[in-house]
Amino acid sequence: MARAVTTQRKIVATAAAWIIGLAIFFPILWTVLTSFKTEAQAIADPPVWFGFDWTLENYSVVQERSNYFRFLMNSVIIAVGSTVLGLLIAIPSAWSMAFVPGKRTKDVLMWMLSTKMLPAVGVLFPIVLIARFLDLYDTHILLIVVLMLMNLPIIIWMLYTYFKEIPVDILEAARMDGASLRSEIIYVLTPMALPGIASTMLLNIILAWNEAFWTLNLTTTKAAPLTAFIASYSSPEGLFYAKLSAASTMAIAPILIMGWFSQKQLVRGLTFGAVK
Amino acid sequence: MTCTLRALLGATALSAIGGIAAAETLTIATVNNGDMIRMQGLTEDFTAKTGHEVEWVTLEENVLRQRVTTDISTKGGQFDIMTIGMYETPIWGAQDWLVPLDDLSAEYDVDDILPAMRGGLSVDGTLYAAPFYGESSMVMYRTDLMEAAGMEMPEAPTWDEIKAAAEAMTDKDNEVYGICLRGKAGWGENMAFLTAMSNSFGARWFDEDWNPQFDSEAWKTTLDFYLDLMNNYGPPGAANNGFNENLALFQQGKCGMWIDATVAASFVTNPNDSTVADQVGFALAPDTGKGPRGNWLWAWALAIPAGSQKVDAAKEFIEWATSKEYIELVAENEGWANVPPGARTSLYENPEYQKVPFAKMTLDSINSANPTQPTVDPVPYVGVQFAAIPEFAGFATQVGQEFSAALAGQQSADDALAKAQDLVNEEMEAAGYK
Amino acid sequence: MATQHSRAAARLMNAPAVFVLLVWMLIPLCMTIYFSFMDYRPLRGVADCCVGFENYERFVTSSSFLSSVGTTLLMVGGILAITVIGGVLLALLLDQPIWGQGIVRILVIAPFFVMPTVSALVWKNMFMNPVNGLFAYLWKFFGATPIDWLSELPLFSIIWIVSWQWLPFATLILLTAVQSLSSEQLEAAEMDGASALSRFYYIILPHLGRAITVVILIQTIFLLSIFAEIFVTTNGAFGTRTLTYLVYQRVLESQNIGLGSAGGILAVILANIVAIFLMRIVGKNLDN
Repeated sequence: MARAVTTQRKIVATAAAWIIGLAIFFPILWTVLTSFKTEAQAIADPPVWFGFDWTLENYSVVQERSNYFRFLMNSVIIAVGSTVLGLLIAIPSAWSMAFVPGKRTKDVLMWMLSTKMLPAVGVLFPIVLIARFLDLYDTHILLIVVLMLMNLPIIIWMLYTYFKEIPVDILEAARMDGASLRSEIIYVLTPMALPGIASTMLLNIILAWNEAFWTLNLTTTKAAPLTAFIASYSSPEGLFYAKLSAASTMAIAPILIMGWFSQKQLVRGLTFGAVK
Repeated sequence: MTCTLRALLGATALSAIGGIAAAETLTIATVNNGDMIRMQGLTEDFTAKTGHEVEWVTLEENVLRQRVTTDISTKGGQFDIMTIGMYETPIWGAQDWLVPLDDLSAEYDVDDILPAMRGGLSVDGTLYAAPFYGESSMVMYRTDLMEAAGMEMPEAPTWDEIKAAAEAMTDKDNEVYGICLRGKAGWGENMAFLTAMSNSFGARWFDEDWNPQFDSEAWKTTLDFYLDLMNNYGPPGAANNGFNENLALFQQGKCGMWIDATVAASFVTNPNDSTVADQVGFALAPDTGKGPRGNWLWAWALAIPAGSQKVDAAKEFIEWATSKEYIELVAENEGWANVPPGARTSLYENPEYQKVPFAKMTLDSINSANPTQPTVDPVPYVGVQFAAIPEFAGFATQVGQEFSAALAGQQSADDALAKAQDLVNEEMEAAGYK
Repeated sequence: MATQHSRAAARLMNAPAVFVLLVWMLIPLCMTIYFSFMDYRPLRGVADCCVGFENYERFVTSSSFLSSVGTTLLMVGGILAITVIGGVLLALLLDQPIWGQGIVRILVIAPFFVMPTVSALVWKNMFMNPVNGLFAYLWKFFGATPIDWLSELPLFSIIWIVSWQWLPFATLILLTAVQSLSSEQLEAAEMDGASALSRFYYIILPHLGRAITVVILIQTIFLLSIFAEIFVTTNGAFGTRTLTYLVYQRVLESQNIGLGSAGGILAVILANIVAIFLMRIVGKNLDN
């Protein structure tokens, strides 16, 4: 009896979850489908679902107009670069605050988070002037540093809450055994912290990849990432849905695929200390 | 050792001298319109002729304006050539932010540029940007619907005649709307149209002491007439229709008339995209007998920001892209209907181009616009559908939002005008005009 | 001795992060404050110091200021409401035993990976366009007049688009929290005859409290600076002009850096007031 109820409940839950999941995913699916249509089919009334002549024409038009791979490389360099740099600075910081908390630790943490409150548009001019002064306009390093700083508070916070979950007793036991600070970090802490670091890294790559204000305003050609690529595909004259879809698909595909493969990692650490 | 050093130095000096004629890489910011994208496709011709490479930064219009304005006002120096409009050119030229184009070669034939375009892109007689293409606005109408209504469109209609025609053609049950006009908020969207329209009603943005004039009778008449037309004979949701949306509606046969950019003519008469390609007639933008017609004047032009390190190569590119030869190159590859229009007199004298049905009306429209005296009363600004002052884009967009909200039925015309008057007043005081 | 040693080490390890954030905060902030006291309009070649609090006064007294603050609160509040409520429900659903849980979870988190610009473009053109959008077809299919989303329901449309992007984030965090709830407690309550609703209200919701505050805090930080979605869809028309967007219009459209900077500083102050309020709540939770 109990079993029957459970199965019935499972069917209902499954159906509901799948319907909602597909509904949430639908805009992405529709974009990908449209990218394989001709412009006329893209606005056909009634809409066509799968029964159209699949074409790669939009992709070749987009590739011909703009060199996709250069934008892609820039996106990868900037996202990965800012993440690595951010982790290098954030890990020691979060570690020290989590394991050697002082009176001020919480205030420091909150202050760090509050630096994210500066609206980007408000400081555009100062940043542009500084970039010009340092002759760093349109360089990878500028974007890496700016995006790192944008996301640093979030990284530190995420790592901090993750490190806090590591039981201090273990560290003390290691210390008793005469482990140095270095070996403490390498042999005890690192293995336990790795999942948290991995998911922090993934989240930061996603945030850096999708950042669209600084990447657009601080680059021209050499360092322009995919956000600049997409900025040339909205609302020109005439029909453009299929080409817009192709460009959109190209812009989101790499990060979407990365996200899907690593979603378990991402989910494990994405708690911000929310679970106790 | 010394020998090697000297040889090295010599080589450097040589290459420096050679550098003047050597190949450069130009960075060009441009808008993603069809004509510009076509130009990108033909860049190889330029590289083959001069050896210079070109890096394109193609952006959507709003993003482009944001990018180049920031760059020029912070002296960012990121671009060797910028695509700018007739609004920016006189402002930036007067600030000496652009390289004057006063030494273009003889074969370029600068006198061939249409006088209206040249005037709008010059400051005190010095050209600061070369027009890539130019446009005015005109009436495009459905000849078949006019015939069915038993009416005839005059070559130079009045607004009352337009209204009568709109009434006769409207058939809402069959989704045919007598008139489609811009309603989407923006200084380059609904305000371009409404400002040009207001000129023909004798309205103006400012009097000679920079007092905003939205409390004038002429503006009230303009806005009332516009709202009346759109509410009775316009398509639903018009408050969000810009150029693109109206183009789609007209191509689908849902508009009896459409008053918009002359470049639209080549789209609505193109049988590949338009269901009404062979039933389109053209007329001058309407007037009210006060003198000015309700048409605007605009050009997308190429300019070199002051401080560019590659001025010579940049000038070579501008000469190539806005030359007679470039027009022929496009005609060869894509046909005469697709060449960039509205920039050169010689194009309109070309017998091949005269066969294009909308060529004459485009030229007449461009010639009938006068940026220095746009309306009946004298004004302190230059520009037909805008006032060429730096603050205009900002507050005109806000005014556009008020008018758009009036069209959407969210407020009355009087409220919209009163709010417009207040906010422009506020901006002008802050900007120190008064 | 050892503690002192490790304290010094800890301070040293924290130093780089504190230093770079301090520089990052102070230099642009000081420049912005400086600009905010200037009459700085590069397009007219004006850069005069100083005009006192004139910029602040003008920014606050302009007719658009209060409405933009209201719009910001409405927009952020609306998005938070949708994502938190939707996230809790979705998390509870995904916590149930279902077939293909992994795939459903992938489908649900996908929007989080989409660039804001792309998602705004796709929603605006392919769904909300009143002529060619998918919603228009759907409405026509049922015999209704298509809605012109972006001019008739502009604020709702933007809230909808942004909620779609942030729902996965809320769901994921809440899901981890739901999963950490001990099933024994729930089963015991079920045995005692507690209804599903009272179980939710008395056991699940209190357990999720901490996760919900975290979601609200993190999202608020990001949502206060929403820009791309407004820029792409309505350009701030029809009452969708937030404080951030107003600052953008002052700085870039009107090219009045002084006035815009004053607005930026005000935005920072207001954002920090909201943040301090939120952090108090979260800070309490961090102690436990």
